[in-house]
Amino acid sequence: MTLLLEQLLNGLQFGVMLFLLAAGLTLIFGIMGVINLAHGSLYMIGAYAAAIAAERTGSFLVAVPAGLAAAGLAGMAMEYLVIRRLYARDHLDQVLATFALILFFNQTVTLLFGRQPLFVSIPPALNGSIEILPELAYPVYRLAIIAVGLAVAVGLYLLINRTRIGMLVRAGATHRDMVRALGVDVRLLYTAVFGLGALLAGLAGLMAGPILAVQVGMGEQILIMTFVVVVIGGVGSIRGAFFGALIVGVVDTLLRAFLPGLLRQLTTGPEADALGAGLSSMGIYLLMAVVLLVRPKGLFIANA
Amino acid sequence: MRDTVTAQTGFAPPSAKPLLAAAAVIAALVLLPFVAQAAGSPATVALATRVLIYGIAAASLNLALGYGGLVSFGHAAFFGIGGYTVGILYQHYVADELILGLFTGSNQLLVTLPAAVVVSGLLASVIGALSLRTSGVQFIMITLAFAQMIFYLFASLTAYGAEDGLIVRRRNELFGLDTRNDTVFYFICLGVAAAFFALLSRIVRSRFGLVLVGLRQSERRMAAIGIAPYRYKLAAFVISGIGTGLAGALMANYLRFVSPDMLHWTKSGELMIMVILGGVGTLFGPLLGAAALVILETVLAAWTEHWQIILGPLLLAVVLFTRGGLQALLARLGGKP
Repeated sequence: MTLLLEQLLNGLQFGVMLFLLAAGLTLIFGIMGVINLAHGSLYMIGAYAAAIAAERTGSFLVAVPAGLAAAGLAGMAMEYLVIRRLYARDHLDQVLATFALILFFNQTVTLLFGRQPLFVSIPPALNGSIEILPELAYPVYRLAIIAVGLAVAVGLYLLINRTRIGMLVRAGATHRDMVRALGVDVRLLYTAVFGLGALLAGLAGLMAGPILAVQVGMGEQILIMTFVVVVIGGVGSIRGAFFGALIVGVVDTLLRAFLPGLLRQLTTGPEADALGAGLSSMGIYLLMAVVLLVRPKGLFIANA
Repeated sequence: MRDTVTAQTGFAPPSAKPLLAAAAVIAALVLLPFVAQAAGSPATVALATRVLIYGIAAASLNLALGYGGLVSFGHAAFFGIGGYTVGILYQHYVADELILGLFTGSNQLLVTLPAAVVVSGLLASVIGALSLRTSGVQFIMITLAFAQMIFYLFASLTAYGAEDGLIVRRRNELFGLDTRNDTVFYFICLGVAAAFFALLSRIVRSRFGLVLVGLRQSERRMAAIGIAPYRYKLAAFVISGIGTGLAGALMANYLRFVSPDMLHWTKSGELMIMVILGGVGTLFGPLLGAAALVILETVLAAWTEHWQIILGPLLLAVVLFTRGGLQALLARLGGKP
């Protein structure tokens, strides 16, 4: 029982990380109609900047703004130099261009910091674990990630639903041309949304540093899962991204934790382990395929 | 504009030009091994073989993506399953065991290629039948989902090497030819590619091809004139999957190795890049794109370890400044409107 609860928390933690990425991706896609494959690169940039800053200064408090600033600036530069020219193009051109950006960013990072993964230590204030239930000690740092993720979700909800900018974002997602016709500076709005998405990706990256290896290619691994989240939740919907991310995070974590054990009871030997690993990785894709077949627009589509 | 020029000067009808160009390209491809031999660079033959194989795969993808507007992000599944068909048939041939207690293994190209065609065709019918119930971004993602499932399936099948893949110790045999010789294998691939492109050009010019283009432009309009979209799209998707599976079978023979790498989503991306780079919805554009990408990778990789830092911006420039890929760029340089 405690094991299940612990894995549920792990799933929740993975889920909020996915949400930070998926929120940006779904906004960028919903509002600007751009498929940004390089969103994972912003995550990587945030992780690297924070890791380097933490290594140089030894302070996580410096690393946080460093990661956010690097990802935000890289995102704005990306939008200004490349993405802006792609709004009117079809999705295929966007795929090729942002794929080219991935190659460029990955290789630049390799050139600057090498292929060796960087390891970041958990900030001392968040080190250790606390007993949240009798017999269940859980790392403070992971709890902190969950807290930050949920706080961002609430903040985004308020921003989107309660502010003027949020109103423009919502309007832009459903009636893009009408917003432009009403005299809103759409270019500025686009850059702001892109910057926000980049900030969130950077936040996810810098938080991932201490629990995952910071390495080239980390962005692409999580990018595909993020797309799964966006599609399951419904493209363009923040609410969908949130619930989609939690579903994917929990399902993926639970399958990885328990499926190999279940298979081992059915068959023995190394085949069971390999098959268990394979089948549990397959799980979320199966989930996505089923969701798309039953509800092609996603589970939580905003304007169905 | 061109019509008036043609009328005034009495040039041959435009259809003769591509035929001439195709003949020139085929002649160049036939002569290539001998020129490479004379120039003392046998590696060129291997490079050209890879270009041909990827060209077949990319052109197949283009039938769905460019002509039919079905943006599949899961064609690695067909590429890989074609390769695995060769690998699995070979493993059972060597071990002299039946596959699932039904089929015998084989190392004959005349058996393995048709087998790859059948297997990838079946897989494409299943994936296509389900995926085509969605469209747009959802279609992109569901094809990716199916390909990822196949990827993880083969990455966990220990009987077939799991993540390490299968080694095909000797290339498949064909009429007692020495297929281990790279030049011989190049000509085999060239033959397959020529037959494939001839068939493909017939397909895209047929009524079926025209319906496909019509569906891409407006599904409602086609439905209004009495065409059932689903069947045409499914047929296009299956043909596309078959071509890609065929290329995968050739690739497994070329590399004498097949692994889950062939099924990875980056392979789907790579094929897509080749199509976009060369020119979406053109017959030979994907071959051009495959050639450009494979050659660029090889040349840049020989030049610097960090070749992607150059390839990235190059690709970016192609997207931003050449609308319609290399095919369009060449056409414009050639003075066509």
